[in-house]
Amino acid sequence: MLGLDKRDTKFLLIVIFLTLATPILLQPFPESSTLAQFNAGYPDLMQRFAIFGIFAIGFNILFGLTGYLSFGHAAFLGIGSYSVVWMYKLLDYNVIWGLPLAVILSGLFALVIGYVSLRRSGIYFSILTLAFAQMSFNLAYSVLTPITNGETGLQVYTDDPQILMGATEPTSPHLFGIVMNQSAKINLGDWVFTFNNGYYFCAIIAIIAFYISLRIFRSPFGLMLRAIKSNQQRLNYTGLNARPYTLAAFVISGMYAGLAGGLMASMDPLAGAERMQWTASGEVVLMTILGGVGTMMGPVLGAGVIKYMENIFSKINEQVLHSWFGWLPDSLEGFVIFIAEHFVGSGWHMTSGVLFMLVVIFLPGGLVEGGQRIKAMFNNRGGDDADDPEHHPKHAPHVAE
Amino acid sequence: MDGILLQILNGLDKGSAYAMIALGLTLIFGTLGVVNFAHGALFMIGAFCAVSLQRLLGLSFETLDPTKKDFLGNPLKVKTPYIESWFGPEMGASIIDWSVPLAILFSIPIMLFVGWAMERGLIKHFYKRPHADQILVTFGLAIVMQEIIKHYYGANPIPTSAPSAFKGSLDFGVMLGFDPNVIIYPYWRLVYFAFSAAVITAVFSFLNFTTFGMVVRAGMADRETVGLLGINIDRRFTIMFGIAAAVAGLAGVMYAPINSPNYHMGMDFLVLSFVVVVVGGMGSLRGAVAAGFLLGVLESFASMNWIKDVIPGIDQIIIYLVAILILLTRPRGLMGRKGVMED
Amino acid sequence: MSNSNLTRRGLLKTGAVAGAGVALPTIFTASSAAAYTNEPTGGSVTLGFNVPQTGPYADEGADELRAYQLAVEHLNGEGDGGMLNTFSSKALKGNGILGKKVEFVTGDTQTKSDAARASAKSMIEKDGAVMITGGSSSGVAIAVQGLCQEAGVIFMAGLTHSNDTTGKDKKANGFRHFFNAYMSGAALAPVLAARYGTDRNAYHLTADYTWGWTQEASIKAATESLGWNTVNTVKTPLAATDFSSYITPVLQTDADVLVLNHYGGNMVNSLTNAVQFGLREKQVNGRDFEIVVPLFSRLMARGAGENIKGILGSTNWHWSLTDEGTQAFVKSFGTKYGFPPSQAAHTVYCQTLLYADACERAGTFNPCGVGEALEGFEFDGLGNGKTVYRADDHQCFKDVLVVKGKDNPTSEFDLLEVVEVTPAAQVTYDPEHPMFAGGNLGTCNAG
Repeated sequence: MLGLDKRDTKFLLIVIFLTLATPILLQPFPESSTLAQFNAGYPDLMQRFAIFGIFAIGFNILFGLTGYLSFGHAAFLGIGSYSVVWMYKLLDYNVIWGLPLAVILSGLFALVIGYVSLRRSGIYFSILTLAFAQMSFNLAYSVLTPITNGETGLQVYTDDPQILMGATEPTSPHLFGIVMNQSAKINLGDWVFTFNNGYYFCAIIAIIAFYISLRIFRSPFGLMLRAIKSNQQRLNYTGLNARPYTLAAFVISGMYAGLAGGLMASMDPLAGAERMQWTASGEVVLMTILGGVGTMMGPVLGAGVIKYMENIFSKINEQVLHSWFGWLPDSLEGFVIFIAEHFVGSGWHMTSGVLFMLVVIFLPGGLVEGGQRIKAMFNNRGGDDADDPEHHPKHAPHVAE
Repeated sequence: MDGILLQILNGLDKGSAYAMIALGLTLIFGTLGVVNFAHGALFMIGAFCAVSLQRLLGLSFETLDPTKKDFLGNPLKVKTPYIESWFGPEMGASIIDWSVPLAILFSIPIMLFVGWAMERGLIKHFYKRPHADQILVTFGLAIVMQEIIKHYYGANPIPTSAPSAFKGSLDFGVMLGFDPNVIIYPYWRLVYFAFSAAVITAVFSFLNFTTFGMVVRAGMADRETVGLLGINIDRRFTIMFGIAAAVAGLAGVMYAPINSPNYHMGMDFLVLSFVVVVVGGMGSLRGAVAAGFLLGVLESFASMNWIKDVIPGIDQIIIYLVAILILLTRPRGLMGRKGVMED
Repeated sequence: MSNSNLTRRGLLKTGAVAGAGVALPTIFTASSAAAYTNEPTGGSVTLGFNVPQTGPYADEGADELRAYQLAVEHLNGEGDGGMLNTFSSKALKGNGILGKKVEFVTGDTQTKSDAARASAKSMIEKDGAVMITGGSSSGVAIAVQGLCQEAGVIFMAGLTHSNDTTGKDKKANGFRHFFNAYMSGAALAPVLAARYGTDRNAYHLTADYTWGWTQEASIKAATESLGWNTVNTVKTPLAATDFSSYITPVLQTDADVLVLNHYGGNMVNSLTNAVQFGLREKQVNGRDFEIVVPLFSRLMARGAGENIKGILGSTNWHWSLTDEGTQAFVKSFGTKYGFPPSQAAHTVYCQTLLYADACERAGTFNPCGVGEALEGFEFDGLGNGKTVYRADDHQCFKDVLVVKGKDNPTSEFDLLEVVEVTPAAQVTYDPEHPMFAGGNLGTCNAG
């Protein structure tokens, strides 16, 4: 189907199913239980899973296939966001104007930055991309404030031109009248499932992005990129110039990043400069490595896990801990909470740091390898679960998208 | 003219910090081939060695002073450091006053140990792994170290003052024939510069003039051959990791009085020190030091008002701009060796 | 229901499980079944406390959280009641808000506008928070305020000092108790003129982002109107840690006052560096060189240690004030946590009380009703004297404190002394003042 072989078609279908069912899969705990804290099926986080999934898929096309480690991809994320918000300001809230512009503009920037940076390889390349992105961030935060609105973030003001704005048009991002932040909520017993327009918009784009990336991975072009990774010198000796291929991969992944940035602004009409900071570039690097470099699902899993920790773990406060461990004897409760406090709430960074170390020490291939090991374990046992290639016994968020 | 001289001094001072951090970082790159994202955290831990010693020396017992009230209207608790009650107030106060220089002695064993433990416990297993894995594990480690410090010391900067003997400034201008009070420079910053010069010289002499150093350099150039000669190069590399950690730590200890340490100061320096190392050229110790001072001085120049008037915001981007220009004109930075971290 | 594929899925889903549950379409923006976003239906109401828990302002965020917890206790009738007893409005009875028990959720803004909005959104979408409050920087406050306006909940700003929060970026659903840069200038300038003379030459170092600029403009205007001359205004990068290369050019000019428009770590470092370079001992034309830090925060000032002694600045509130509101608050906070509260803690405590009180008076949690109750509300007993929440821009007008770094602190908390309490009238400005112009409150949004 769609130019894929049977195995890939099955893979794609599973991904499509998981993506579309995310609002249900991420809401495993009933509302009244204390574990409802771990539910992640609310629109903003689901949108982030899809958007950062796209970002990481695109990054993986460059890093996973060619081995070129860019430390500046956040710049394209920012450019994508700024283009979409500018279209809101100049035309209207329909995302149809901004998103293509986000992809094109970030592609152009990627062409320029990539053309310059790809003259070097290895760590020299990484530092060149980092330097470009940091310059963009520093300028966007300060002297470029007229264009970026600096610290506050670019947003729409009532006195903006918005020349296409109709009288009855929604005053928040929409696609031809489908308003992104509208949701349908379904109560099923004690469970609440939220089906959000914006999430499904992102999800459909994410599926397309995933499909394109799958095709690239399986194409002769993808093969060429892998050849660059394994031995660029040998490739040069065969008379092939590798740079056009790496540049193409760089531009494609830059466009993915621009698309992700554009989608962020499509879900939430504000573009903050921090999106371009090196920490944001570093985040997508971490997502990709955490999930598994060069695998199809890995970067998406990595993105899901990191965003899950950032949004769920940071919200667990002392009060919540007391509600969990209140049944323990007082002294023991105090001790458990003392330990737990290091890892949740203001200590959520600690959890991510520890997780990075554990994954890279025990699962050298990233989270995907964990999945494979579990699969192998089930295979040995010969259970029925072996047929399910995406089965993870952990949290549902890991299989988001 | 006097303005330019002052900016050169500022640049050398900033460059001292960059150079020391980058020197350690490139030792780890060059000798072990490991991308160490936790190096900034080592610098931070060094600074917190100074903070900790100051706290240790300042450990106090409390007495109630009924004549004064605290903010709740209860009798005020007056803290007296134990050290003042042991050695007498004057002697005790001057020991506390000198806590930062004392922290040098305190920090060397700690940093050597931290470096040794990091290498043996973690990094050792990552020599053969892809750089990506090294980045993830060292970044994770950096976060953990940072969070531990944050948990016990808070997020706010902690004032750590230099000994009062070093307060005030040296009037350079008079020596050079300028009017008094035109070119003055704080004593502690001069001390910092001299200290970094001494540390850098010590590292270079150690590598160049001792047998140990020569073996390490030989190992950097060709690890396999040195191994074949029956030399246990691994053990030496562990020691080099410890030394690199100690250099970063010392840079941090002495930096504490210049800017109050906080838990994320390492991350602030991390990106910058990577830029410095790469601009200097991978595998080159001299390159790292030269690039550190060069970027420090250029950064200072870029913050001069008349330059900022011509190119607004230049001080925001100068380091990165220079890095791009250098890397495009010199493929391996200032003094990089061929084939190191190029794939 | 609209015609998206989502609703179709929703309908299919409902059809499949007909009888098992009821489909309740709730829509984030307009035309929903509920009267307003997150209308509390059970016996409790949820407030969202969105503060920096990681990053450079984490300590300030932690202090805000402490104050929020205290406020919730007092609202629910636990503890000693704190400022509920001194508050001039007596609508609150210590039985929660409108009889509903107050519960709260917390989140981490990371002092980044993106992360802050994500956190606020999760509180609104997942936890059903009906009000969002907190924050420790203007960028975050403005970003979250915009979000709350779109989502239809009330935003009670925490620490935000930029003129824009209630100027260019003001929103009908947003309210600010904290003072702003203009007020700092208006309060500080007369004290500076009285102490240092009216013919000073000021040199500004300014953090190169929106807040820094508004403060620079405010201080510059206020001091120049009293006869000062501004020698230069220099922008410093946010990421700067060593300010030496910005301080040394000061030595080359005839400036005799250095104004540091910095906050947080930037302020600590630039002040420390300025003192290192001997600016405190410097003499220009026979007069002492002076350093001014227009926005002082006690928590942050601690990082600069000895260097803050004798330095003038302004602050929203300080625990050493002697009015009964302050004393009640300091007592309940100090008894619970063992140290006095910061101005951030005070502001967010007041904001929580003011919100709860407005709900009681309006008889509803509906943001439009609450907003109406807050607009033009005059109150007293919350530590800053007689205060009014101005209807035109949702800014509180109250006395502003001019403070000085204390020469002989008796404890680690005793760092600032109040030099002058500037009356509210002196810091009041016209809503259409040029520094605040260009904004539009819009109309309240109830979701």
